[in-house]
Amino acid sequence: MERDDIIEYSLDVHHSEEHGKLLRKKIWKVTALLTAITALEVILGSQIKQSSDYWQVIKWLFIGLTLIKAAYIVLIFMHLGDEKKTLKYMVLVPYFIFISYLIYIIIVEALAVSDAWTQNAV
Amino acid sequence: MAGHASKEIDSNTLWGGKISPFSTSYGKLMMWFFLVSDALTFSGLLVAYGFTRHACLDAWPIGEETFNSMPFLGHGYPLLYVALMTFILIVSSVTMVLAVEAGHRMDRKGVTKWLIATIIGGFFFVGSQAWEWSHFIHGSEFGKVELTDGSQAIVKGHFGEIENFKVLEAGKHHKKGDVITEDLLHEFHHAVVAGNVENGIITLHDGSKAKVNKKADHGMSLVIKKDGGTHKVGDVIPESKACDMYYEAVNSGTPSRVIYGANLEQNEYGPQQYGQFFFFITGFHGFHVFSGVIINIIILMGVISGTYHKRGHYEMIEKTGLYWHFVDLVWVFVFTFFYLV
Repeated sequence: MERDDIIEYSLDVHHSEEHGKLLRKKIWKVTALLTAITALEVILGSQIKQSSDYWQVIKWLFIGLTLIKAAYIVLIFMHLGDEKKTLKYMVLVPYFIFISYLIYIIIVEALAVSDAWTQNAV
Repeated sequence: MAGHASKEIDSNTLWGGKISPFSTSYGKLMMWFFLVSDALTFSGLLVAYGFTRHACLDAWPIGEETFNSMPFLGHGYPLLYVALMTFILIVSSVTMVLAVEAGHRMDRKGVTKWLIATIIGGFFFVGSQAWEWSHFIHGSEFGKVELTDGSQAIVKGHFGEIENFKVLEAGKHHKKGDVITEDLLHEFHHAVVAGNVENGIITLHDGSKAKVNKKADHGMSLVIKKDGGTHKVGDVIPESKACDMYYEAVNSGTPSRVIYGANLEQNEYGPQQYGQFFFFITGFHGFHVFSGVIINIIILMGVISGTYHKRGHYEMIEKTGLYWHFVDLVWVFVFTFFYLV
């Protein structure tokens, strides 16, 4: 018996060969971008030492580039960018709120502990 | 359950509002929920790592110095192998996206091809991680040395090759005058840790004593990683004194003045927690990669037997794809915070 009241969303995503070509092109472009960013990170990481004056800049650049890589992987590879906006926000917003707060608290505590230990060291 | 239209449940029982939440299937939504929870777990681990590291800032090792070897090529390639591992995992993620895209066109051959490529990439990554572990556990040629004042230092420079051992006193297997040319570094390390090297004379496993003939080291310097009576964390001891101080420890006859590699208690690279975090974070991640590969293999069997084609859609590939991308995503963060920064 055919059901006419269930919406089979899984079938909605099917696409044709032509559309597939465009999608594959986009996938390869994103791949090239991710590879380029990783290569840049490795080259910079091996050339600029932690003792150099530029280290703080490089460190934050790494973190920024990593967040960009993560955004591309989540929004395009995991198709979260194609999902309903509500789902996208439901996944990302609570996570970012939790994590930003956790990172802030931990770094503040860690630096306080580090200060306390170096002052008490004999 | 997700995947195919049910013939037994009526729509009022299934979804009261006629459509499923977010217009997406149950299975996909639940996979997202799982991924958010797992992401929080890994974030917790990485934040704990961040805390420990900032609390021991000066003593913490520098990523590109600890990880600078390539299989078969030796050292001098800072971060290159880890970069290769990142590339392999990203490429396997790409082949996974291509498998999902092929599924959307009901292209069974395409899905099979790309899924197999993803599985191979996954195995390469796990194998590479296993090599990294083995290399980390085995340690470097110099190891970490404990100086006379109780401070600990890592050694920079080029280790002069050991040419041979010349047996001076016979033991169970070697006679006097034998020249041993095999397994030299391995025996040397074991003897140093056990305190069996004194004044350049090594006591081998079989009880014989031999003179160590070794090329000179060059460019040596010691970097203090743990406070002692005189030296403090961050001090650098230059070549003029470094060689003498290092070999004083090697030849002292006291066990564990020099340690190599890593074990469950200590490691030669830095504080105890460094080794512990390395094994736990990369191990937990590696376990996720491995389980992802197994799941991919199971799904591949389903693709080959036509289960999803008969169903009318390849959404299962999409769901396992989400898990696989998550594994790649975590690696991107581990790579940045453990190795790069």
